Amino acid sequence: MLKQIEGSHAVAEAVALCRPEVICAYPISPQTHIVEGLGEMVKAGELSPCEFINVESEFAAMSVAIGASAAGARAYTATASQGLLFMTEAVFNAAGMGLPIVMTVANRAIGAPINIWNDHTDSMSQRDCGWIQLFAETNQEALDLHIQAFRLAEELSLPVMVCMDGFILTHAYERVDMPTQEQVDAFLPPFEPRQVLDPQDPVSMGAMVGPEAFTEVRYLAHVKQMQALDLIPGWAEEFRKAFGRDSGGLMHQYRMEDADTVVVALGSVLGTIKDTVDGLREKGHRIGVLGITCFRPWPTSALRAALERARKVSVVEKAFGVGLGGIVSANVRTSYSGSLDDVFTVIAGLGGRPITRESLARAFTEVEQGTSAPLVFLDLNRAAVDRALARERESRRSGPIAEALLRDVGLVTAQLR
Amino acid sequence: MSFQPVKFYQTGTFTVGNRLLPDGERSVQSTVRRHNSLNSGHRACQGCGEALGARYAIDAAMEVTGGQLIAANATGCLEVFSTPYPETSWQVPWIHSLFGNTAAVATGIAAALRVKGREDVRVVAQGGDGGTTDIGFGCLSGMFERNDDVLYICYDNGAYMNTGVQRSSATPPAARTATTAAVGSTPGNTFGQGKDLPAIAMAHGIPYVATATVSELRDLEAKVRRAMEFRGARYLHILVPCPLGWGHDSSLTIRMARLAHESGIFPVFEAENGEVTGVAKIRRQVPVEEYLKPQKRYAHLFSPRPNEDVIRRIQAQADRNIRRYRLLQDS
Repeated sequence: MLKQIEGSHAVAEAVALCRPEVICAYPISPQTHIVEGLGEMVKAGELSPCEFINVESEFAAMSVAIGASAAGARAYTATASQGLLFMTEAVFNAAGMGLPIVMTVANRAIGAPINIWNDHTDSMSQRDCGWIQLFAETNQEALDLHIQAFRLAEELSLPVMVCMDGFILTHAYERVDMPTQEQVDAFLPPFEPRQVLDPQDPVSMGAMVGPEAFTEVRYLAHVKQMQALDLIPGWAEEFRKAFGRDSGGLMHQYRMEDADTVVVALGSVLGTIKDTVDGLREKGHRIGVLGITCFRPWPTSALRAALERARKVSVVEKAFGVGLGGIVSANVRTSYSGSLDDVFTVIAGLGGRPITRESLARAFTEVEQGTSAPLVFLDLNRAAVDRALARERESRRSGPIAEALLRDVGLVTAQLR
Repeated sequence: MSFQPVKFYQTGTFTVGNRLLPDGERSVQSTVRRHNSLNSGHRACQGCGEALGARYAIDAAMEVTGGQLIAANATGCLEVFSTPYPETSWQVPWIHSLFGNTAAVATGIAAALRVKGREDVRVVAQGGDGGTTDIGFGCLSGMFERNDDVLYICYDNGAYMNTGVQRSSATPPAARTATTAAVGSTPGNTFGQGKDLPAIAMAHGIPYVATATVSELRDLEAKVRRAMEFRGARYLHILVPCPLGWGHDSSLTIRMARLAHESGIFPVFEAENGEVTGVAKIRRQVPVEEYLKPQKRYAHLFSPRPNEDVIRRIQAQADRNIRRYRLLQDS
């Protein structure tokens, strides 16, 4: 059924269609509307049987989900940013124990400086925690990915994180096609746990494992993620047949057929990138787009095949490894057969800075022409940075960095062009 | 294995042996119904109070629930000594997740049971004093506040014993730990710090809060039974002497627990809905020195010369407990 609704509510409705049994909620922008929507559905009796628990922290949210999942219930929570970091210990724990929890991450920057707007620093910080990480490009894909996520999680007994851009998707009112309960029930079988706390068959979960078996247990986690790489394409195809649209899969390709230059990115920025590429195509540029949906497990083989023809690769990232550069770029380089010098990094949209077509077109053109630096921070105010560095040279007590920079640029919001 | 023949069982001073009691008053530990929830063969130290406390408490809970019990366990001695891979001593469904989240994990289990209509299965969460009063305090307070249907048991041995006897917020004043060394002008742990967790639990207004020690087995079992009569959040705080951390002979575990009670150092009471409903009276009050002296963690109070001032302050705290909870027979 077509609906014009907020992204968060679309996800809430999709999650409800998946019949979650325990939902843990702790407010953090920009995720909050999702659990608010679910809470209302549980309170109204529309989502039943389901326990909706208002916990005291994100650490508790993930911990309650761990307990619920271990006791055989389909468990869900949502978070963002600082919340994801606050629950990090439990996030690793859920993956280590192989508990099929599904969590939405409404991607948001990490402080300090505190910032509520969108980038990918939160999810990227958890890229090696053992969760499957799926990135949604649109609200439609976000809701579809949740339906696929529960099935994937429960089939493999691994937790799945569905990442959607905070505000850009969560707070955008868009048309979505909401599936019926029958459609979702047909796609997503009831939860049959591989391990469950049951007095009839008592097991110990979470025992201490020493060097004699730790490597094997960790390796099995890796094997399971590799299995996801085999399952995801087939299920995306099954989803397409059942629901009538392409959603999910390992990646999406756009105008790649004769592309010399390929732009790689994740999430909602792919829309802007496609528009930019359309504009460049009209001017005769041979450029295409590769959108990565499945970031963990990393689709090495599929990516290598997709990038086979590409002479230059430009990776647009909403996060970066401080002291290194691009995180996604580092992953792309493992899957690119050409010269690693031809993989360029564009860091963009940090803390919600708008990513414009004009800036992207300039960055991509520089990559095509071979004039781009290996690592570019899109629309960086270099003069303000230089002045900040000068202040630090001039005075030992140069003061708090962020506050001085804000005073300098004289703005409290990002500059829109 | 559910039965171990018990030839004689002495519950403590002033009480008769279990064999002489009517069936209903007998301790779970010496009946054929004893579940051995925490089986023999685990790696606890000789004289471990926590191993005793856990077996007593979980066996009692198993008895009450007819074996319909799930346990969540914090990181710590109890977790480590009971489940050295690939072995486990637990004869109940048991989960260890993290150090600081046990109450929340238990909440999740209880929620799953409720949504599945299995409220006959009850949930126990357990941890040491570090996992309870320090790192797990946020999750514990949240579980209390929501009144989730969980019995949380804290085995209090007054320090982080698993990591090598470091101070926790349950470490008593003047006690020597690895991080409150017995050196300087004020050796041992500082006065005026620490949390009174049973009182904090009561302040949440939860249905049932109780304290117990491993020296009074029937009292402990009765409190577990009483706790399981309630739905909602319940808290049981058990004093469990630790020969390693306290520095007493491993044969003195029960005696140390009894002296903690009889000196007034550790008040044994129970409370319902935030009000004290019963206390375990002290039959023969002992000066705190009797409790302190056998413990090496207090050795600096007696050698090279007695530190009268500090001993007096500890006695004053015990006296305050005695007044506050009316622990003497005639009070």
